[in-house]
Amino acid sequence: MARAIVNVPPKAKHGDVFEIKALIQHEMETGFRVDNMGKVFPRDIITDFVCKYNGEEIFRAELFPAVAANPFFSFFTTATESGAVTFEWSGDNGFSATASRNIVVE
Amino acid sequence: MKRGAVIALLAIWSGGAATAAEIPLSERKSGYEFMGGEARAMQDDDTANPAMLWVLDGEALWSRKQGEAGKSCADCHADAQASMKGVTARYPAFDAARARPVDLEQRINICRTEQQKATPLPFESKELLALAAYIAMQSRGMPIEARDDEHLAPFLRAGADMFKLRQGQLNLSCAVCHDDNWGRKLAGAPIPQAHPTGYPLYRLEWQTLGSLQRRLRNCISGMRAETYAYGAPEYVELELYLMWRARGMKIETPAVRP
Repeated sequence: MARAIVNVPPKAKHGDVFEIKALIQHEMETGFRVDNMGKVFPRDIITDFVCKYNGEEIFRAELFPAVAANPFFSFFTTATESGAVTFEWSGDNGFSATASRNIVVE
Repeated sequence: MKRGAVIALLAIWSGGAATAAEIPLSERKSGYEFMGGEARAMQDDDTANPAMLWVLDGEALWSRKQGEAGKSCADCHADAQASMKGVTARYPAFDAARARPVDLEQRINICRTEQQKATPLPFESKELLALAAYIAMQSRGMPIEARDDEHLAPFLRAGADMFKLRQGQLNLSCAVCHDDNWGRKLAGAPIPQAHPTGYPLYRLEWQTLGSLQRRLRNCISGMRAETYAYGAPEYVELELYLMWRARGMKIETPAVRP
């Protein structure tokens, strides 16, 4: 599975706004590049990213060929309850990766 | 009389060249200082720095058994956090068996072929960059050592000569940009001082991690000169000089550059 680095604070106070960061290793081959012989490198990109907080979707993104390699997302949410923040990436050629972090809300 | 004029002109010429001096130690700046805030933030935060993906790969490779000998890096060197601390700060280093300096990537491959009995990793392969980044990161924050090694002296001189050698269709030397014109712009981008403090580093233009040799090849082809093959002694000599030139500056690996 592709290597991912996700960052969720381990603890937060109820009602606090906190930052979530997610970085994943992927070449994001656009499908527009050609080799020396003019042959196209087939497109191979991540197409979808979803983040859920205790099963509830809090962030979703569609990715396209113009997104750079190793896509990085940073976004904010409000601490409501303790639980798991899960991340899912999916894309071309059956690409799939997941990650999860627990947060304790006091 | 005419000959006298030519000699006078030569004197002016060489005098002019002599003013193109090395950067005083106190005025040296890492490429980091020429970057914008966003790129700096990316380098400063290990959870946003894409080079960390390679570092984590390198950490996994460190303890993976390789080759006919069935040994991992960790079998000989144990914990990299202790054994590799400060190593990058003194590379390229003199290799007695080869009677010449080798850089970190070459050292990794010497270990692979001689100790692990494995095939050498190709230059710029993901594995080699990952191991180099993991090893180099153990020296993060440490100053680059100025080595007074008599074995290295002739290679250091060769590297310094190459730095000042005008070459290619544009008739440029490394020094023309990085000693004489740093801080000015080249095609809209600031010209840095060329201190190799963060290699291997993540270059946004490359969208991947790359070695110092890849960067040197970039510059050399930009001068419209012939590049050497990866691993060529000319590169290692130039790397040696660049590290000496950056002596005392802090290792930033894994750095981010635009």
